Amino acid sequence: METIIVIAVIAVLVLWIIGIYNGLVKLRNHVKNAWAQIDVQLKRRHDLIPNLVETVKGYASHEKDTLQGVIEARSKAVAAPDVAQQVEAEGELSAALGRLMVVVEQYPDLKANQNFLSLQEELTSTENRIGFSRQNYNDNVMRFNTRIQSFPSNVVANSFGFHEEPFFELKDEAARQAPEVKF
Amino acid sequence: MWEAIESNKRRSWALVAIMAILLLGLGAAIGGAVDPAAWWIGAACAAVVFAAMFATAWIGGDRILLRGVGGRRIHSKAEIPRLWNVVEEMTIAAGVPSMPEIWLIEDKRPNAFATGKSVETGAVAVTSGLLSRMNRDELQGVVAHEMGHIVNRDIRFMTLAGIMVGSIVLLSEVFLRYMWFSGGGHARRRTGKNVDGRLQAVLMIAGIVAALLAPVLARLLYFACSRRREYLADASAARFTRYPEGLASALEKISSRYGGSARKRHGRDESSRVLAPMYIINPMQAHGSTGIFSTHPPTQKRIEVLRNMAGAGGAHFAAYESAYQRVFGKDQRCLGEVTLTEGRRPLEIRDPAPKSEAESATDRLREVTDLLDRMGEFVAFHCLCGVGIKVPPGLHASKVACPRCGREQGVPTASVVTAEQPEAELKYQRKSEGWESFRCPHCDKTTHLSPALEAPRIRCSGCRRKIEILPATGERAATETPNP
Repeated sequence: METIIVIAVIAVLVLWIIGIYNGLVKLRNHVKNAWAQIDVQLKRRHDLIPNLVETVKGYASHEKDTLQGVIEARSKAVAAPDVAQQVEAEGELSAALGRLMVVVEQYPDLKANQNFLSLQEELTSTENRIGFSRQNYNDNVMRFNTRIQSFPSNVVANSFGFHEEPFFELKDEAARQAPEVKF
Repeated sequence: MWEAIESNKRRSWALVAIMAILLLGLGAAIGGAVDPAAWWIGAACAAVVFAAMFATAWIGGDRILLRGVGGRRIHSKAEIPRLWNVVEEMTIAAGVPSMPEIWLIEDKRPNAFATGKSVETGAVAVTSGLLSRMNRDELQGVVAHEMGHIVNRDIRFMTLAGIMVGSIVLLSEVFLRYMWFSGGGHARRRTGKNVDGRLQAVLMIAGIVAALLAPVLARLLYFACSRRREYLADASAARFTRYPEGLASALEKISSRYGGSARKRHGRDESSRVLAPMYIINPMQAHGSTGIFSTHPPTQKRIEVLRNMAGAGGAHFAAYESAYQRVFGKDQRCLGEVTLTEGRRPLEIRDPAPKSEAESATDRLREVTDLLDRMGEFVAFHCLCGVGIKVPPGLHASKVACPRCGREQGVPTASVVTAEQPEAELKYQRKSEGWESFRCPHCDKTTHLSPALEAPRIRCSGCRRKIEILPATGERAATETPNP
């Protein structure tokens, strides 16, 4: 009789731990997915830039420095070896794009160009997506970290080696602002 | 966010359970009224009616709905890039795994709704009027609100609850009609005994009372639930977009132009009534009216809450709650406690999206026409409902009817000073700080006041009489029209 009770208690305990463990894995996967989403959106921005530069070149060919700045910032961001450098390079790219858009302001023909208008919509949308996916990532991290810190899941988390994930916070205030895209 | 969904689920199941009891109780009461022994047949019939309606709705309800209002599915981004982008952005912001379907409804009145059985099979429908009138941020706000409905699982439960209300109404109607035509006598003949007859009479009355009350009760429950969900969807929208002003300004645009006369203009009233709780703004509701039978909270209040968020510290749920309390009073609660603890992580409000060429062109065009109309001696003023009215110089009527709400509006005119102060013969009470125009009662010439005007007195351009300009005094002046 007693052994049955002991076995039952152990079984319930094990099931309970499995439940918590699976919950943690699910949350961690959400965090990973959210991170991947940010990557997708950054990639999307990289893909847009050559087209944008080509279009602007046709109308504003003597803005070489600004265009060159955008191209360089892009290749730096594409080639960034780790996350920290990528965050920095993306910030620079945002700033370079912002400068380009200020320059564009002086070319009414370009601003009326259909191709440019659709690129502008894509760029605005991409900036939004980057912002929203970052926000979504942070929400997921928050949820995951809260679960890891609170009892009783913290016991399970510690013994199975779950670690808190870092928030995606941009370092300086300039990069925190979604790039100023003025047309 | 996730906790919000949890508490939403619990509340929704409670609602559905209450409605189910109501529905079965009604069925039993009706059955019992026809024949005391047949109460369970009545309850079974109620269950069958519900099951049939539910099955229809579950299998093809959203399609029927979308096609019923003349919707067309948007299959590729090339068709409407901006709408497509905005929906994708909101899919990301909401953390939904797959993008909902996009449907376009050809309708000049701006509105939108969401439908679908689950988060994965959701659909967002917007009208062509919405697309043409909203700027990017506003469109984003509206789509975010609909995405909020999808993520908070509102659609599923509102559909379920809607069908329950429908079943209850249907059963009651059928029963009451049956009672009306048969007079109940047909049932009485079958039961011979006196005791049974008395019991039957009691049950009959109970049945009638139930049939009369149940639809009202069910609707009340439904509407209360619907209103609550609107606030939650608004809060979610603010959180997703990090820009409450977008939705606020969209709501303002939708309600100020089309809220009032939708009923008159709209031909497909029946489908609108059913769809009413699903739209972002209830197309059936008269402007500004509210009450326990409203599916939506008063739009003005929703806008106010959203606009208060900037002062309340950001775009997160806690900011929405404190903005809500600013509008409705300290002791009022809107979002649940669990929702709030999850949504307390601060979220900054972002900057507005850049204005596109077309939008700034519209603004410029409006400025130019206003200028031309001022030069052409038009008298421009606003109706209480917000519509701008311009009266041409040839029209000498002292009152005009507002083209939207039909209110009689006095054309602004300077009034004659009767006191024995000879400094000015006429006076005009300013209503705002912006451009204003009024007529001279003597020579009918139009005088325009610019926002920059500071002089206390000016002269009429026609008869050179002195006119005293009284500065605007806030709220009171806004509702008064100086009549001669």
